Amino acid sequence: MSRRFTLMNADLDFDDVQGLVRFGFGGMHRAAFYLVRIKDLAAVRSWLVNAHITTARVLAPPPVTALQVAFTFEGLKALGVPREVVEGFAPEFISGMAGDASRSRRLGDLGANAPNRWRWGQPDRSPHLAIMMYGKEGEMEKCEAEFKGPSWDLAFEVLERLPTSHLGEVEPFGFVDGISQPVIDWEGQRTIHGDQLTYGNVVALGEFLLGYSNEYNEYTDRPLLEPSNRGAAELLPALDQPGKKDLGRNGTYLVVRQLEQDVRGFWQFVDKAAESNPEERKRLAEAMVGRALNGSPLVPRQDKPIPGVGEDEKDRAYNQFTYDSDPSGVRCPFGSHIRRANPRNADFPNPVKGMISHLLQTFGLGRRNLRDDLMSPTRFHRLLRRGREYGPGLSPQDALQPKPADDAERGLHFICINSNIARQFEFVQGAWLMSTQFNGVSEESDPLMGNREPVPGSPCPASFSIPRESGLRERCDGLPQFVTVRGGAYLFLPSLRALRYFATQD
Amino acid sequence: MTFQSSFMVVAPLDVKRTDELRTLLATMNRAPGVAAPNNGLIPFGQLEELHFARIVLLDDQTLDDITTAYRLPRESYPLYLAFLADFDGDVGPFRKKLIAVARKGLEQIFSFCTDFKPGTDLDGWMKAHEHRPSTMYNNWIGRTMQQIREEDVLRQAVQMRLLQNGSEFKKSSPEEIRRVAKDFVTREVNSQRLTLTPLGKAPLAWRIKNLLHLIFVPVLLLILAPLFLIYLPVFAIQLRRREKRDLELAPRPRADWVDGLARLEDHDVTNQFTAMGSLKPGLFRRWTLVVLLWLIEYTTRHVYTRGHLARVPSIHFARWVFIDDKKRLVFCSNYDGSLESYMDDFINKVAFGLNVVFSNGIGYPKTNWLFFQGAKDEQRFKYFIRRHELPSEVWYNGHSGLTNFDLLRNARIRSGLEQQSMTNAEAVQWLQLL
Repeated sequence: MSRRFTLMNADLDFDDVQGLVRFGFGGMHRAAFYLVRIKDLAAVRSWLVNAHITTARVLAPPPVTALQVAFTFEGLKALGVPREVVEGFAPEFISGMAGDASRSRRLGDLGANAPNRWRWGQPDRSPHLAIMMYGKEGEMEKCEAEFKGPSWDLAFEVLERLPTSHLGEVEPFGFVDGISQPVIDWEGQRTIHGDQLTYGNVVALGEFLLGYSNEYNEYTDRPLLEPSNRGAAELLPALDQPGKKDLGRNGTYLVVRQLEQDVRGFWQFVDKAAESNPEERKRLAEAMVGRALNGSPLVPRQDKPIPGVGEDEKDRAYNQFTYDSDPSGVRCPFGSHIRRANPRNADFPNPVKGMISHLLQTFGLGRRNLRDDLMSPTRFHRLLRRGREYGPGLSPQDALQPKPADDAERGLHFICINSNIARQFEFVQGAWLMSTQFNGVSEESDPLMGNREPVPGSPCPASFSIPRESGLRERCDGLPQFVTVRGGAYLFLPSLRALRYFATQD
Repeated sequence: MTFQSSFMVVAPLDVKRTDELRTLLATMNRAPGVAAPNNGLIPFGQLEELHFARIVLLDDQTLDDITTAYRLPRESYPLYLAFLADFDGDVGPFRKKLIAVARKGLEQIFSFCTDFKPGTDLDGWMKAHEHRPSTMYNNWIGRTMQQIREEDVLRQAVQMRLLQNGSEFKKSSPEEIRRVAKDFVTREVNSQRLTLTPLGKAPLAWRIKNLLHLIFVPVLLLILAPLFLIYLPVFAIQLRRREKRDLELAPRPRADWVDGLARLEDHDVTNQFTAMGSLKPGLFRRWTLVVLLWLIEYTTRHVYTRGHLARVPSIHFARWVFIDDKKRLVFCSNYDGSLESYMDDFINKVAFGLNVVFSNGIGYPKTNWLFFQGAKDEQRFKYFIRRHELPSEVWYNGHSGLTNFDLLRNARIRSGLEQQSMTNAEAVQWLQLL
């Protein structure tokens, strides 16, 4: 079966895929994200047809600017895409990030994070499109004007222009960031058959791009059209149903969340908890994140290579580890941010040695540790992160100074790519980061991201625990909220063919 | 040791009055679908032995599937009200106690049932309408509500004593710290600030009965083995023919249906799940399922009795119940976490278990050799689940906020305290539970 897919994936047309799926445009330090609503339909259509979208093809020399376009469900409807077509997209996309109280509850968008307090993305301020512009230093002003073109003002009403900033390698709290990403199996070289007994970092293409097989060796649902549908002839066929045209193929979903980070609040809190001892302060902050400030993991590097880790020595230093060597969480706390976001576990909690052991473990008879099977296998819940920081940088040292009256807002435009929003982004956010019961840890949610809102059994989930080798854990209480959601949306990042299809549905 | 029992009262409803009934049931809730412990109709909170309870209208949404898949006429089953409870001790005394605290409320609710008339003997009526499960699962057989409550108070007290002042134990060995806790708890128990009722042993009669069952089933299987072996090739052919032919009916469920179900979820760290559907027509599926549920019941009685059902640790109680002359099956469970993670457990940890049971139901995603594929078709399976799921009008959790992991950890904290001595390595592990 996988052989068939191998041949098909090799046909992947990179010119049909928006570049963001393959590149982070890391060399382009400047970026601006426009959240717009459609003002004049005809002008929007012509703008879309003429837009020079950067594709996933490798160019030499590499481009100095990039343009990407994504649509919300509202946006596709406003463009006149037929109802039965848009309804073929994922239910989460249709409902929207802020469209349903049950979803907000699952995502932890409560209290200060509640959509009715957002700047954008709530139902009455939902963008139609996100137009993302990237450029090298010095190119940005020119590129913005060029990308916009003459019809911009006529076509769009700008809801927000989200500026970004380049803080070097670090995110606003001061930690080296963006160093752990899944490796996409573009050519379908990995055989997915049955249980995966070790953690790997190579993930099926179908997890990040619609129209290809995913970690279950299945195709995620997306709109499939009859070739006779208007405009459908130009679309690629569906690999799993060759008689149909695949509007999703080479496209994917983009999750965008504006996260304000209280950098001063964070460092001042850990400073106080550490009684202003600089070593202690650093240790506590690093325990909360789960990595050292310089990005080094808190657990030792393992000897055995991990598939998909090790393109260079730096990557091995950052990522050649799992938590198998730390079953009691004494090196990297269970509740730390990166252990929650990516538990790096395999399909079984314990090593499988031979057929008998496999069979026993399948029936739940090979359990060894208290925490066995509390968590879901990681490979079904991976995200490709493409976020950008915003606001001025602030060093941990400066963050200890009192907040000036005119202090700027800083944070992260969290952006991730996934082909199944419910199973990937929403699962990681809800079941892992915000959960007060993640991996047997109770009365606390993510130390960085948590909203500290009460949950039954955890009236005040505002603590953070550091297990200790000597036995009794160290408990840090009274964590304030450090990250606040300011806006968000689920978008569809179409293939270039699908983009043309959208632009011509009049 | 006290054992857990359960009941499920199923009675036909007056279909014209269902909206009125739903409105009445909603008055019992503090959040959508979540019962207030002291609601005016059934004050569940007064029943200290009650683990879980729920009230569901068995309003099957998939009755047309039999026509789509097998061109058979739609069956006209009555619309049932189901009232379920899981509790400590025997059914009889619990029912009497329930009636004692909630007679009026129960009568008001049951008055919506077609055969419940004023003056009906409530106890007898409930008993007559009970449906026994074919398979019953209990995360930890013998763990009572009393134990759960006492051990959670104990955990909090010990945590308070040991974690509050970190520097106090800088110079103590792990075993010395444990002894501090042990002495502290002994003092608290002696001064009656803490209660730890002895867990006791299972009664002899129960143990003998259980042992006989433990032996009887394998012996029976051994005796019947030659017959099974002869039948096996025939079974394989019958099965494969059907697996190839049976239609998959798992379209994406309606958005408003899913929203209605999601509205009831994630108000607690534990959630409820109810689903129902019709068996594929014919004796083959019916008998396959009867035998399989009987075998699974054996494993839940003798193998999966301590904290996990196969690989899944998140389920508190679950049951599989036939209704309507074994033409339909109802599945109910109480599980930790969100539905997405529950389904993830189903698919990634026990797909085979789901497949062997639910593939006998109409429309289930295609299986191979009963065990394989099926639930592994992730999206089709998730659609199937949501489409067959039913909203619980009222759901009560007697230990809200506590997951199975919490209960297991609390029990281990207690058993560690009851030990006379530990090595330092053991004491470290014990301290890490806190």
